[in-house]
Amino acid sequence: MKEKFTLLTSTCVPLPLENVDTDQIIPARFLKATTKEGFGNKLFRDWRYDKEDIPNPDFVLNQNTYKGHILVAGKNFGSGSSREHAAWAIASYGFRAVVSSFFADIFKNNSMNNGLLPVVVSPEFLAELFASLEKNPATTVTIDLPNQTITNNETHRTASFEINPYKKNCLVNGLDDIDYLLANKSKIEEYEKAQL
Amino acid sequence: MKTLFDKIWEKHVVDTLSDGTIQLYIDRLYCHEVTSPQAFAGLKERGLKPFRPERVTCIPDHNIPTLNQDRPIEDPVSKKQVDTLEQHAKDFGLTYYGLRHPKNGIIHVVGPENGLTQPGMTLVCGDSHTSTHGALGAIAFGIGTSEVEMTLATQCLMQRKPKNMRITIDGKRKPGVTAKDIALYIIRKMTTGGATGYFVEYAGEAIRHTTMEDRLTICNLSIEMGARGGMIAPDQVTIDYLKGREFAPRGKAWERAVAYWKTLHSDDNAVFDKEVVFHAEDIEPMVTYGTNPGMGLGIREQIPTLESIDETGRISFSKALDYMGFQPGDSMKGKKIDYVFLGSCTNGRIEDFRAFASLVEGKKKAAHVTAWLVPGSWMVEKQIKAEGIDKILTEAGFQLRQPGCSACLAMNDDKVPAGKYAVSTSNRNFEGRQGPGARTILAGPLVAAAAAVTGVITDPRDLLNE
Ligand code: SF4
Repeated sequence: MKEKFTLLTSTCVPLPLENVDTDQIIPARFLKATTKEGFGNKLFRDWRYDKEDIPNPDFVLNQNTYKGHILVAGKNFGSGSSREHAAWAIASYGFRAVVSSFFADIFKNNSMNNGLLPVVVSPEFLAELFASLEKNPATTVTIDLPNQTITNNETHRTASFEINPYKKNCLVNGLDDIDYLLANKSKIEEYEKAQL
Repeated sequence: MKTLFDKIWEKHVVDTLSDGTIQLYIDRLYCHEVTSPQAFAGLKERGLKPFRPERVTCIPDHNIPTLNQDRPIEDPVSKKQVDTLEQHAKDFGLTYYGLRHPKNGIIHVVGPENGLTQPGMTLVCGDSHTSTHGALGAIAFGIGTSEVEMTLATQCLMQRKPKNMRITIDGKRKPGVTAKDIALYIIRKMTTGGATGYFVEYAGEAIRHTTMEDRLTICNLSIEMGARGGMIAPDQVTIDYLKGREFAPRGKAWERAVAYWKTLHSDDNAVFDKEVVFHAEDIEPMVTYGTNPGMGLGIREQIPTLESIDETGRISFSKALDYMGFQPGDSMKGKKIDYVFLGSCTNGRIEDFRAFASLVEGKKKAAHVTAWLVPGSWMVEKQIKAEGIDKILTEAGFQLRQPGCSACLAMNDDKVPAGKYAVSTSNRNFEGRQGPGARTILAGPLVAAAAAVTGVITDPRDLLNE
């Protein structure tokens, strides 16, 4: 069982860059692990620390201004490599949702398979949220997965977001695809027979 | 009236849920050492075994050193990852092509060249460049580790049907323009997210007149515009390529297979969700100037000015140029470079080495350039030697290394030092991709060869005409 996702209200961490690829989320040299643990402190490693492992004071995760369980990022977040380590790193850092106007496909699937919710909002909603966060870093956002809504509590703007019902059901109940597929094994065998 | 994609997809639907989610059967799973250990561990934790072990092939490629492969891997963490894959394969009775095995190499090179990848298949791997295999007319796409576990456990994935896009390239390509240039041109036009949500079929005269190696290069880069995958309808080129390959069907089975493959093309009136047309005559040899594969230019063009960039993209654009040490408006031609990398699942095949060798033949590597020439597999390496290409390369001052992913993502020792420029035939110029601080300029094998002998970014046509 994975952690269930229903209602989340949290402050946010803004990352207003576009095309943030999975090589930035977690550089390749940290992919040598054979378990899923410990990726959180490698998240955005090369933006967070310099070569001598000294924290870069300009990077948002090193500042006290922004904290929270929601990462807000520019469009085309998670492009590039299929490494699920990117989703593991974001989740194990403590994020439960990522908000952007556009996500790369594989990243989106990987996130949902790890209880991390990708929320797609309009470019206008995103721009307004970045503006709210700049004005008031304590801005909170509420994500209501059962009702598929996201609210910027600073401006009180609410928007609905898309998620397919199957995946939503998995997230809300903390189930994963393997649970579902194993329960349907006879269908797979029937399919195979029909192909012969 | 169906598209090529729809024909193959529909044949693999096991079940459709009421919300449209599809349980899709997967014919073949490839596993490499980086994205599979947690999947195997998960399987063991659940007390499961691979459902169809004969449909799984395991090949370590990312961590492989490209020198002295007869010795144990020096980096203990890399070694552990490779050993872990071998152990899992052994525990579960899966096919495993380890170090020095004649079939070892980059999965996306090994699969097609052994006939493991075939038209009409569904095929996945925990690797975004799985799109490569679509060149043979298969549905091939990259997945995450959880999905690797699902495929191991059930040979199925839960998927939404992606939309269909056709990219047509009309006309004939100009001399000196390689398949890589076509791909970089497409990505530039489409942008890195432009095909997200789509499965792309490549078509048109310029695509028909390609070799299988060209097609593998083009489909390989589909993911760089966000596409779920890319594919090309099988034709005589495909059939000739597969005939006699080790895992290709034989005898009667071959004839049946060929007859089926010939039905795999988009029907004349098939409707695509999106159609895009480009003209081969417009494509020049390409280079990238920034930190994503969409930031490409014809080799004679200048880097855009800040004003020409969309306002929301300016921060990212300036950050990219800062990282690369370039100025808006700069010419790429003539820029000094330090490293050249020929290889990867994009350009590590025999034709890439032929192209590179044809340009450097009779010339000498520029003294200040470090060149890594890394065949995509041992089969490619064997062919290079059989054709005497290695001699041409040695005479020009180059040294051939041993197969693997190598500097494409620098998980082994082949790292480009911080601040140095590498002209690379691989697929990603992301910050730090080829080593922390490394500056990558993506290009095809001819541009890489021209840079290797001149030490600066050079239009290969200037040398070919000499
Ligand atoms: S060559 Fe590069 S892109 Fe291809 S599989 Fe290896 S690391 Fe990935």
